[in-house]
Amino acid sequence: MTKISGWGRYPVVNAATFSFETPGQLSEHLARPGAMIPFGMGRSYGDSALCEQIVCTRRARSIESFDPETGVVVCDAGVSLAELIDVFLPRGWFLSITPGTKYITVGGAIASDVHGKNHHSAGCFSACVDWFELMLPDGSVTRCSAKKNAELFRATCGGMGLTGVIVRAQVRLQPVPSAMIDQTIVKARNLEEAFELFEQYSSWTYSVAWIDCLAQGNHLGRSLLMVGEHAGNQPLRLLPNRKLNVPVDFPAFTLNSLSVSLFNSLYYAKTFGRMTQNQTAIDPFFYPLDAIHNWNRIYGKPGFTQYQFVLPRAASYDGLKQILTRIAASGQGSFLAVLKLFGAENDNYLSFPMEGYTLALDFKITPQLFPLLDTLDEMVHEIGGRVYLTKDARLRPDTFRQGYPGLEDFMKVRRQYGLPEKMQSLQSRRLNLQ
Amino acid sequence: MNLLILGANSDIAMAAAHEFAAHEGATILLASRDVERLERKAKDLEIRHQIQARVLPFDAVDYASHAAFYEALDPKPDGVILAFGYLGDQASAQRDWGEARRIIESNYTGAVSILEIIAADFEQKGRGFIIGISSVAGVRGRQSNYIYGSAKAGLKEYLSGLRQRLFKCGVHVMTVLPGFTRTAMTEGMDLPARLTAEPEDVGRDIYRAWRKRRRVIYSRWFWRCIMHIIRHVPEFVFVRTKL
Repeated sequence: MTKISGWGRYPVVNAATFSFETPGQLSEHLARPGAMIPFGMGRSYGDSALCEQIVCTRRARSIESFDPETGVVVCDAGVSLAELIDVFLPRGWFLSITPGTKYITVGGAIASDVHGKNHHSAGCFSACVDWFELMLPDGSVTRCSAKKNAELFRATCGGMGLTGVIVRAQVRLQPVPSAMIDQTIVKARNLEEAFELFEQYSSWTYSVAWIDCLAQGNHLGRSLLMVGEHAGNQPLRLLPNRKLNVPVDFPAFTLNSLSVSLFNSLYYAKTFGRMTQNQTAIDPFFYPLDAIHNWNRIYGKPGFTQYQFVLPRAASYDGLKQILTRIAASGQGSFLAVLKLFGAENDNYLSFPMEGYTLALDFKITPQLFPLLDTLDEMVHEIGGRVYLTKDARLRPDTFRQGYPGLEDFMKVRRQYGLPEKMQSLQSRRLNLQ
Repeated sequence: MNLLILGANSDIAMAAAHEFAAHEGATILLASRDVERLERKAKDLEIRHQIQARVLPFDAVDYASHAAFYEALDPKPDGVILAFGYLGDQASAQRDWGEARRIIESNYTGAVSILEIIAADFEQKGRGFIIGISSVAGVRGRQSNYIYGSAKAGLKEYLSGLRQRLFKCGVHVMTVLPGFTRTAMTEGMDLPARLTAEPEDVGRDIYRAWRKRRRVIYSRWFWRCIMHIIRHVPEFVFVRTKL
């Protein structure tokens, strides 16, 4: 038995873990009695990859083929995005879609149907997956794509590992001219300006905003919009940066409303002019927090959760204003809050993004937190939005159900392939997701 | 550089192979009993590092085959990483000589058999290197795994003598003593997280130490301190501990 948790370090469970290298070994694990859930690199924040039995997918991580003409890679699901970048960026290829950390597996990227700074133009991770092979509880392997076994494909992309274990996948990389990004940072003094800027810069490939959730009144929603394009005339190979580490847990009181508000003010003030243009490497642009090993330790022993929701576009402005006011009033600080305008929704049953604005913020786990988040849930669902399962550790089944209209179809596929008994996580049980 | 990996399904050996492929552009020969699993790993090495990798069947305890195995290698390797081994089960090895023997032969006898053949070739050519993966378990016999530990100790002492013999002709022999490492071998064992390395850490340590022509390394480095203490606990105390 091993003590194991997601990235938020809340909750922690005692679990039996199994690894596999070959499909034969995996089918033996699946044949054991009891429920289980696949676990990749543990970057889902909450309890979506936790269960008393965990199938670790990282041991199987061979890259099987690469076509230098098309950028198509076939690999084991345990290969990480970081490995794909290390191997293929020097040859001029980069991930078509990447979330804010590269320390996740290809299988995990599919199971969370992750999104990135280019969601408005490129969609979710499933958009660059030609096919994947999924092992079902009976040990059979099924190849799924948008055309073949399409229902299983739609259920698995964003399906939180509840449809079986992804073993191999074919993903398409995008050609890039260099390992650098041309970045523009624009200040928005309040939420209205932030929204205007997102519209104004919508033709840029990458866009995201850092938002100060503690700013109130006239400054409510003040943020920094960061947009980027792949830069030309720059090298593909860069010298690696030294990594920082957080070697021990910070005391739980380190981050309080005062220190976070100070950080946010300083961060905002760091950009002097209204607009800054510069060049930055791919790593700091896409993965600013990956530069600090174990950054989750800054929240101390109790752990933290990340709360991410999306609101329909038309209701986003008023909705966000209400929700930000509520968060600012609570004084429960977020170190990092990220705002982004999503593009169109895809038809995967449980994929999180829908067209509209999404906000992600971190909260230290405290006794006052869960009541606040329950209130936020209600506000989000009233406005017609939903909460992201990959980051969730505490959502309630009724509010979850309202946010995900594809749920019935998802559960139908689960039943059809004999999954409800075998594939379960603490999250699926909490959400009563059969 | 042609690098021969004996026992290539070992996670540590594979991690070291990636280092040599990435930094030396080495051609990698992967040898093990389970050739099927190796084919995928060879392909993976080739794609990741744009090098050549080949797969060869090799059985550490089929001593009679060793001479012919090495004879057939063309070209001969410039270096060898010997990584095969078998942890086995201490409790059943105490009852069952078959298990005990398997542990001893897979960790020690097999290594002596193939390394003597390779050493003769390297000695005659006056170049080459041999990296042997022993274990911190071979530093002091402990009740929990002394059959495995004694075989690894045998390998460690064997490498010590071989190093002395080959020093004169410029052949570098390095002994690697890994501590707890998260590998297929330790799967399911409850290892202390802070002391447990990933195979990649050990692979990196091996490559760096090889570059510096080190002779005996612990990986991770802190095992040198831990084993220094354990080695110096007096017997009258040691027998009473649960280590």
